[in-house]
Amino acid sequence: MEGEHPASQARSSDLRSGGGGGGGGAESPGGGAPFAGSSGSSTLLQADVLDLEEDEDDLEVFSKDASLMDMNSFSPMMPTSPLSMINQIKFEDETDLKDLFITVDAPESHVTTIETFITYRIITKTSRGEFDSSEFEVRRRYQDFLWLKGKLEEVHPTLIIPPLPEKFIVKGMVDRFNDDFIETRRKALHKFLNRIADHPTLTFNEDFKIFLTAQAWELSSHKKQGPGLLSRMGQTVRAVASSMRGVKNRPEEFMEMNNFIEIFSQKINLIDKISQRIYKEERDYFDEMKEYGPIHILWSASEEDLVDTLRGVASCIDKCCKATEKRMSGLSEVLLPVVHEYVLYSEMLMGVMKRRDQIQAELDSKVEALTYKKGDPDLLTEEIGKLEDKVECANNALKADWERWKLNMQNDIKSAFTDMAEENIHYYEQCLATWESFLTSQTDLHLEEDSEDKL
Amino acid sequence: MEQAPPDPEKQLKPATLEPLGRPDPGLEAVAGEEAERAREEGSEADTMTDNNFGLKKIEISVSEAEKRTGRNAMNMQETYTAYLIETRSVEHADGQSVLTDSLWRRYSEFELLRNYLLVYYPHIVVPPLPEKRAEFVWHKLSADNMDPDFVERRRIGLENFLLRVASHPILCRDKIFYLFLTQEGNWKETVNETGFQLKADSRLKALNATFRVKNPDKRFTELKHYSDELQSVISHLLRVRARVADRLYGVYKVHGNYGRVFSEWSAIEKEMGDGLQSAGHHMDVYASSIDDILEDEEHYADQLKEYLFYAEALRAVCRKHELMQYDLEMAAQDLASKKQQCEELATGTVRTFSLKGMTTKLFGQETPEQREARIKVLEEQINEGEQQLKSKNLEGREFVKNAWTDIERFKEQKNRDLKEALISYAVMQISMCKKGIQVWTNAKECFSKM
Repeated sequence: MEGEHPASQARSSDLRSGGGGGGGGAESPGGGAPFAGSSGSSTLLQADVLDLEEDEDDLEVFSKDASLMDMNSFSPMMPTSPLSMINQIKFEDETDLKDLFITVDAPESHVTTIETFITYRIITKTSRGEFDSSEFEVRRRYQDFLWLKGKLEEVHPTLIIPPLPEKFIVKGMVDRFNDDFIETRRKALHKFLNRIADHPTLTFNEDFKIFLTAQAWELSSHKKQGPGLLSRMGQTVRAVASSMRGVKNRPEEFMEMNNFIEIFSQKINLIDKISQRIYKEERDYFDEMKEYGPIHILWSASEEDLVDTLRGVASCIDKCCKATEKRMSGLSEVLLPVVHEYVLYSEMLMGVMKRRDQIQAELDSKVEALTYKKGDPDLLTEEIGKLEDKVECANNALKADWERWKLNMQNDIKSAFTDMAEENIHYYEQCLATWESFLTSQTDLHLEEDSEDKL
Repeated sequence: MEQAPPDPEKQLKPATLEPLGRPDPGLEAVAGEEAERAREEGSEADTMTDNNFGLKKIEISVSEAEKRTGRNAMNMQETYTAYLIETRSVEHADGQSVLTDSLWRRYSEFELLRNYLLVYYPHIVVPPLPEKRAEFVWHKLSADNMDPDFVERRRIGLENFLLRVASHPILCRDKIFYLFLTQEGNWKETVNETGFQLKADSRLKALNATFRVKNPDKRFTELKHYSDELQSVISHLLRVRARVADRLYGVYKVHGNYGRVFSEWSAIEKEMGDGLQSAGHHMDVYASSIDDILEDEEHYADQLKEYLFYAEALRAVCRKHELMQYDLEMAAQDLASKKQQCEELATGTVRTFSLKGMTTKLFGQETPEQREARIKVLEEQINEGEQQLKSKNLEGREFVKNAWTDIERFKEQKNRDLKEALISYAVMQISMCKKGIQVWTNAKECFSKM
């Protein structure tokens, strides 16, 4: 299915990708650490990220009970219904009005004789005419998301498709299928679908619609209709062959774009690592701090005259400890998921560049063939004509999407870091208040004692 | 020094033989004043404090540290650090200070001084020296004795030690201490000539006494427990603090990486470039701010460490008491047994086993003359013993009284100092928070302009 709508045709102008659907104050619910309420000791975000595995299999082998169910729907990060998200959109211009609201929640594990896997509930609310109903509820597993992404890439090879969270992280973690992993993934999947919904072109994609609305069996049968395995393989072979020809004639603007993507990718990866490391260091700091306060209480037991002071210090340390915990959790809400998503985006972008280059390479090879008189000139000329159109469409689509993407990226990064700074400011303000009040209490006592002495 | 110091002979007499009576009333008033001044001074040893020394006001400072090489006892090259001690006398009238003495000492000489004081003033809680080797180190701090930061902290610690001694009402009058400050050459020989090493109680004797003493003064037993607890809790605290410092260092320093990456990233960004660049700068500022913060904390740790080491000084006083008490108990026991022996010999009844008794049974009775001689010897011994017991008793009581006076003084000093240290810790935290707020506010502004 050819779904190449030029960007101008899309409904209204760019909605900031984080502005809709994702809902809540959380434009970036893409990564999760447990809230302060849950145990701070559970293993958290991946310290390192593996490259995506080649195998398609998303087998998650474990057994979990249904207690997974009770989270998320009522988490403050998630609005309870897609419709409530209408209130939380940030409008770019007055003509914008979202008409497609998606939530991903309620992970559930399914056990069959062959495998165990997780599905996520997807609720869609819409006022669009092309949808048969205004509300849909379906369950999808990660494999289905992968399929959707593949189809979108197939149909819109030079659009910037939002990234999916990784399949699974093997390195360093034994217990990879715990609540945190699932929660992180759920948030990322939610983001994924909402970004598609916000995309002026992708939002009208047919496969997307089916993904959101079809029952399980309908989806299966629809999946099978796609180009078969062999033809997909053929595409891959052609792609490899053409990429080996190199990109001789890449236009200037795309050279610039490529350059940007390369550097951006480097930097965002570094920032991802740094941010993860900061989180880890803060967690280690928190762990040590937990022990620090109680020692002062212990000490106060053997010091009659210092009890107040020691207890005061202990209480301050404990409060700062809690503030640290809050800061950590804030970091993992506002910064880490955003940065990580852009790491994945940067990989996406490189893929998009490659695909654009491939399309051009196809044209170039035909032109070459014509020049060197290899093959039927009339046929070649016809093919070249078609390919020239194809290249032009591809380039325009990419250019428009690129601008949109950059704008979104700037906003997202700016938000994320501003929020991080805010978290830190808040942390220090809390600690400051604690210590200042302790100091006041001590100096007041001191003045009291002094005045008593003078009597 | 122009003024003649107190009689050197009097000062050198070992304290164990001459129970220390009440300090000269004339100096007592002065001693009280010193304590006042010391209290106002606070425990920060960087400043100079007044103290009276032979009725003249003295200021002491350890102003410099220098690396030296020399030959040691085995004629091998060694490197050590020497510390410059400067003594100034303050004229009452105009408050001006004049440098009166300045000499160099190394750590081992401080140790010698302290060991001397421990022997001659066993009833005093003798101020401790700063640690010999760096302990409770966190990763950035070097455990190397030659490391400049360690040397600097030790310099402060040594100054603190001298100030504590100089402001102690009794210790400040010691002749050897005075010579330590004023006589560079020959001081070691002078100390050794006092023969204090010989007068020191053997560790083994002390240990034995601790185990076997029956009736130590309860207050000393409690004090021992307290000092054990103090040592244990401060060690624990210092250990955890070091780990916390380590972690905090990590958090701050990793942020520094943002600076570099933001800067590189800003090169490809048009609108975001400036914001990124300047935000990156603030990240660098943040990362480097931790160095000063932790250095200040190190001084706090040193203040706690002093009291960690004071715990050992407390235990030393307790040990001395136990030793004296045990000595007393043994003497009493010995006297009692001699009296009994005497009685038995006099009355002819043998109630207790004795070798003499056995041998007489085996080899025949002794003659009355022999028995008379023995009784006479025993009676002499008993007399002597009773005298000794009396004086030991007196000594013991004097010791307890004087020790307890110093312990009370110590307790007050400790409470003041620790409270102040804890408050200064709070002040440090406040300063750290304020810096943090400032840096992140700046960074936030940069981010929001991107």
